[in-house]
Amino acid sequence: MDTATLPRLLAAQALRLGRRQAALREKKYGIWQEVTWEEYAACVRAVCLGLAALGLERGEKVALISGNRPAWPYVELAAQSLGAIPLGIFVDALPEQVRAVLEHSEARIVLVEDQEQADKVLSVRDAVPRLRWIVVDDMRGLETYRDPMLVSLAEVTARGREEERRAPNRYDTMLADGAGTDVALLAYTSGTTGASKAAMVSHRNLLAMATGVAQVDPVREGDQIVSFLPFAWVGEQLISVAIALHVGATVNFAEKPETTREDLREIGPHVVIAPPRFWETMCSEYQVRIAGAGWLKRRAARLAFALGTRALAGDAQAGRRQWNTRVLRGLARLLAFRSLHDKFGLSRIRYAYTGGAPLGPEIFRFFRATGLNLKQVYGQTETAGICVLHPDDDVRAETVGKPAPGTRVRVAETGEILVAGDSVFLGYYKDPAATARALDDGWLHTGDAGTLDARGHLVMIDRLQDVLRLADGSRFSAALIENKLKFSPYVREAVVIGADRPYVVALIQIDIDNVGSWAEASRLPFTTFQDLSHKTEVTALVEAVVTRVNGELPAPARIVRFALFDKELHADDGELTRTQKVRRGAIQDKYRDMITALYASTEVPAPPLAAGGVR
Amino acid sequence: MLTLDALHLSFGGVAALAGVSLHVDAGDFFAIIGPNGAGKTSVFNCISGIYAPTRGRILFEGKDITALKPHQRAQLRIARTFQNIALFRGMTVLDNVKIGRHVHLRSGVLACGVYYGRAAREERLHRAAIEREIIDLLELQDIRHQIVGTLPYGLQKRVELARALALDPVLLLLDEPTAGMNAEETEDMVRFILYVKQVKRLTVVMIEHDMGVVMDISDRVAVLDFGQKIAEGAPAFVQRDPVVIKAYLGEDFQVA
Repeated sequence: MDTATLPRLLAAQALRLGRRQAALREKKYGIWQEVTWEEYAACVRAVCLGLAALGLERGEKVALISGNRPAWPYVELAAQSLGAIPLGIFVDALPEQVRAVLEHSEARIVLVEDQEQADKVLSVRDAVPRLRWIVVDDMRGLETYRDPMLVSLAEVTARGREEERRAPNRYDTMLADGAGTDVALLAYTSGTTGASKAAMVSHRNLLAMATGVAQVDPVREGDQIVSFLPFAWVGEQLISVAIALHVGATVNFAEKPETTREDLREIGPHVVIAPPRFWETMCSEYQVRIAGAGWLKRRAARLAFALGTRALAGDAQAGRRQWNTRVLRGLARLLAFRSLHDKFGLSRIRYAYTGGAPLGPEIFRFFRATGLNLKQVYGQTETAGICVLHPDDDVRAETVGKPAPGTRVRVAETGEILVAGDSVFLGYYKDPAATARALDDGWLHTGDAGTLDARGHLVMIDRLQDVLRLADGSRFSAALIENKLKFSPYVREAVVIGADRPYVVALIQIDIDNVGSWAEASRLPFTTFQDLSHKTEVTALVEAVVTRVNGELPAPARIVRFALFDKELHADDGELTRTQKVRRGAIQDKYRDMITALYASTEVPAPPLAAGGVR
Repeated sequence: MLTLDALHLSFGGVAALAGVSLHVDAGDFFAIIGPNGAGKTSVFNCISGIYAPTRGRILFEGKDITALKPHQRAQLRIARTFQNIALFRGMTVLDNVKIGRHVHLRSGVLACGVYYGRAAREERLHRAAIEREIIDLLELQDIRHQIVGTLPYGLQKRVELARALALDPVLLLLDEPTAGMNAEETEDMVRFILYVKQVKRLTVVMIEHDMGVVMDISDRVAVLDFGQKIAEGAPAFVQRDPVVIKAYLGEDFQVA
């Protein structure tokens, strides 16, 4: 009988670790405040009974709209304790999107972080009659509201404590009613490919995955984790909830979103998972800093990178770590990378993951060369986060690693990646048609194209529908080209188009910060993003990037023409998902005129290429 | 709470203030408006003790404070901000705020120098209060350790407000808190001012040029012109006063 659930795991850890260890830490009023495992469990218990007192019942839904703060796991685990189903909504969701999710999920209770989110829910509540309570974490600014639907989290907790005195065993009874096959959360998929769907992820899914990952990369009791990515993203659920509960790690919450960078440094996490954008930004920032540094530092950085790359290549050749590469690594650390890691709060990292979308191999190799144990992971909401990852001794930039223990992966004749195992989800909520499409005899159809190599590593090519069939009939990944472009600090976002077209073109969004400082340094006055991206000098700058990238691509995959976006892509305009991934469909629609213009010429022009052709 | 009784101030032959009388009730949001050179800032300088009025009296909570030194008035918990930002540009935000608190430190030079026992304890208490009541309230967490001079103007204005609040005032004098700000910064600043006033139950006297702000948030408005008060009353009332419209708002001023 499968009885393991997340809240039961919490109860077990509370019993085991009690007051010995911090379960959560939050920076508040400038000081890190600790919550022990015992207090964590007590809080969840109180909130759970409080929610029950509000009338929440087994099987009902609880929506959460909040940044990363302890209230989130409290309410999530409380809801799960009584058999209700939590679901996350991104804090920057527009009122209309909030309404759509609340309506689709039929949520009875919504937890909101503060006044801003409360106002959002209040503005749409007439359209969601099933919603009964709005629980507010931070009551600031709401003191004057007299709304019968509003209740503070503190009050809910207090009512729960009262209830606990009246019926001390009620919580344990509720907990015992839960089963591992219950839905643990509704995860609204980010919708890179269209309208979002709600994946039903069970306790067993999450725990199977946490166990599998922890077997490959042993996260230890007392390890520090920083929770700074949206809990509505399954990757954060995996690390900060499932794995943290599984091994007894400490989850840290930054003071405010703006202080995350500084707090990351103060905590020095052991494990971090982040989408490619996080690593891309960090890499760009490092490159820009070095470019602006003095002669000596520039030389030191270049030398360190060369040493680090040599060490990587040496290890890859030997298939293990050797003493001579160790020396090279040590030198590289001393020269530059120790302070790089320190600046970005990466000094103590044992495992760093990038997932959610492919990260460019250049950036991946860069971080590996600095000595950071960065790994690609592959997975999706439907497999509770991670299902494929690199073992420590076999990390290669071209692949996303091997299937985690308990997960089976194969590639269908169509080239689609199929996944089976305990972490494969239960289905889409209220959407049997989509469930039938996604699940076939226990195998999940991921919609991704890939191959398995001789050593059992999975190579992810791209989304099945984004794979480019080139003029010569070969297949090529648009994401690969995009990532090569994005390796340049001047390129923030790139969309490569070429499927069923005579040649490949790219739409590029410049990085306003880095191109902005480049413009300042070159004494090029500009006012807005639009103005900057219209400058011929900037076009020339990007053209140089395209030329360099073309040098690394096979002839049919070269970018023939490109255009610059004259605005920053934004989730509010439907151009990005809430996890900051480009929505290609929406962009191809919205910028159709621009794309048509890029294909306007009748003959195939030659792609810009550096003299001397392919290097 | 605060009463100005026929305040006169002259520099040589120039009369900056010619018999200004005001009364501010506890809990009021009181605005002073008027054209440039009308004497608004002079009134503030008299209240905070930078200028000594030539004639007239200043009463604070029923007590005559006309003869008190500026630091003594600070001890009575009268705080102010300045029209042109008056912060230590080379110091961090936190240090600037702490200086605002300094007037309430009881430990002497010697005890602070040894920094043991009571002095350390006292400073820790103040620091905790600053974090709770100021940094958190004004959302300065992310710039706490940054040098003031490197911050954008709008933020510096907020730090200035924070420094004034560190004094733990009962009366807060704001000299053009939104001057030079764009619409968004102004909105933020007004939100912060209203919020701290409500939370800390302050009495606020504000000089302001932005009529939208004045009309929106003040309970009472006094209009100065050439060192004399030409009108006083509720914003809507002052806005309609023909003398005011002529002297200050201009003939064409449209009531929004």
